[in-house]
Amino acid sequence: MILHPAIVALVLVSFLIGGMMIYSAFFGVRIIGRWDIKSGSEEQLALERKTYLISTILSYVFVFQIGSLFLYVYTADSLHNLFVGAMCAAGSLYVDPYGYPTFILKILNCILAGLWLIVNYVDNRAYDYPLIRKKYVMLLILTPFFITEGISQWLYFAQMRADVITSCCGSLFSSERSGVGSEIAGLPVKAAMAGFYLSLVLTFATGLVFLIKEKWGRLFSFASGLLFLMSCVALVSFISLYFYELPTHHCPFCVLQREYGYIGYLLYAALLTGAVSGLGVGVLVTIRGGASLSGTLPLVQRRLAMICFLAYAMFAGISIYRMVSTDFTLGLF
Amino acid sequence: MTSWIEKQRSILDYTLSSLIRRKGKNISLFIVYTLVVFILASAMFFTEAMKREASLILKGAPEMVVQRLLMGRYDPIPLDYLQKIRGIRGVISADARLWGYYYDPAVGANYTVMAPRNQSIAQGKIIIGKGIARVRMINKGDILSFHAYDGQVRSFTIDGELPAASELVSADLILITEAGFRDLFGFPASHATDIVVSVRNPQELLTIARKISEQLPDTRPIIRDEIVRTYDSVFDWRGGMVIVLIMMALLAFVIFAWEKASGLSAEEKREIGILKAIGWETSDVIAVKTYEGSVVSFFSFAFGILLAYGHVFFSSAFLFAPALKGWSVLYPDFRITPFIDPHQVGILFFLTVVPYTVATIVPSWRAAIVDPDSVMRS
Repeated sequence: MILHPAIVALVLVSFLIGGMMIYSAFFGVRIIGRWDIKSGSEEQLALERKTYLISTILSYVFVFQIGSLFLYVYTADSLHNLFVGAMCAAGSLYVDPYGYPTFILKILNCILAGLWLIVNYVDNRAYDYPLIRKKYVMLLILTPFFITEGISQWLYFAQMRADVITSCCGSLFSSERSGVGSEIAGLPVKAAMAGFYLSLVLTFATGLVFLIKEKWGRLFSFASGLLFLMSCVALVSFISLYFYELPTHHCPFCVLQREYGYIGYLLYAALLTGAVSGLGVGVLVTIRGGASLSGTLPLVQRRLAMICFLAYAMFAGISIYRMVSTDFTLGLF
Repeated sequence: MTSWIEKQRSILDYTLSSLIRRKGKNISLFIVYTLVVFILASAMFFTEAMKREASLILKGAPEMVVQRLLMGRYDPIPLDYLQKIRGIRGVISADARLWGYYYDPAVGANYTVMAPRNQSIAQGKIIIGKGIARVRMINKGDILSFHAYDGQVRSFTIDGELPAASELVSADLILITEAGFRDLFGFPASHATDIVVSVRNPQELLTIARKISEQLPDTRPIIRDEIVRTYDSVFDWRGGMVIVLIMMALLAFVIFAWEKASGLSAEEKREIGILKAIGWETSDVIAVKTYEGSVVSFFSFAFGILLAYGHVFFSSAFLFAPALKGWSVLYPDFRITPFIDPHQVGILFFLTVVPYTVATIVPSWRAAIVDPDSVMRS
């Protein structure tokens, strides 16, 4: 375990988030079991009041989760010089087997918490809480993910050992260790490009159909999820190369650095927004809702689809602009 | 959209006026909050700045140092090792270094005595660091005497002082001729303190280090990167230790914040009751409480960071320096280069604002669900 201030902060936040999720899940179970909107009993009143608390808690969890995702990457990056062979966050995350799973769980949890908040928002628009049970079942599904993330993060930091000089020998330790891999291998560029552009077109096409004719909602949602994955692959295998102007550096983290104008934050924010809003459409189409939502639901879905459009357009726009404007070329065309 | 903004503006307006109305309560919270941020931020800025200073200094350090070990302890290295190291392919140069420590009982401090390789000093002269000049109150032209290894006194004339710019590393330094050095310590002419090696291709450092330890099994090569890494983790560890200690104070602060947020006065309760009676929803009251928390957090966080900045970079962290700098008698007198990066601010935010916010969620909700009817009746 390395006692770096950032590690202390991350562990503290994961405890807080885990605690808040367990607390919410506890009331979630009660709400699922006892909720009866028609009853005027004391208990029902108390449960109705509790729902305000749970939505407040989850909004904070979402905000803290996004913050902790970026802090995690930043911390992994600042720790890289403690390990032989690590050049940036990509290397530090390889130090033990929990680095990357934690990172992926953090992204997943951001998206899940975002989706929950969308459902919650829609549910609160109606006077009779039509989605309340579904919403809290969703919360119960979410909680284990957050706890797993906290445990995985703890294991990652707990197993970390810095390669420092010991009193008996200096560089002997360094030379015996092969060093952690500092580069991520990307998919072949042409395949990644084809996948990225195809899913981009697919998302925008199904999105247009959804906006105009209000059908294919689930397909659009699926396409936007696929686009998120393809964008991540594309980022690693070719988009990052254009930002670094280096044909071998596939790191998805270095774009977050000052050297590249912190452009990575914009890219990742756009990607996360696109994924949450795009998948949100699918979730809303799937769980529907009663008559009390018939007015608001389509409106919210349209808005989400627009946000999804904007976010992915921004991501694609920035990436393509960079590819076109830089002198660097991969020699494909 | 505009109506939403208008609504938020009115809520914020109400929040600010209600904060000002309860000056006493909020100022005490603000002071404690600021203090917590200040202490944490000072500890972090200071360790980070020390790390930077250390890495800047180590940039000029030799790529590799070879020391000899005898019985697991460090020992002077024979000069004929030089030839063997120079014979390894890829080594540009290998040079012997002469340096050691001299304890001065007059001031109770250790000096670093060194015979420079690329600077000629006249026989019987020395050049001293600013720190020594200060504590011994001596200047150019004065004479400084040392007790040599054989108990005799050796005197040297001071030929000059080292520039102030390098004071962090040279405060306790004495530069002396090689002959003077060997005479003072009774150091045999066949040995040196250690050997510095420079290598043509930095990627070969590890290979060359391995070759050296194979050919000269009683030595240990130390690579500059390892020193940087060790310093980094030592400073990280110190900073982390301080933060873990401060965590207790943080816990106390969280309890304090919880108390402050849940101890609603009867008047406050009535106020919320009236708001709800005139049509405010529970979520609006929660929004008021959220804004309240954000306003207090924003000002305390910003003010705490400003104070810490002044404390660390203008007064050289006079409160913490003894604990974090390490132990020494001859402290260099230097001002740390101001430096803050977003990462540190992010960590501070997670260590202070997040726990505070979490502590106030439940109390704000409790305040928001009061029943207007029962509150106004009581």
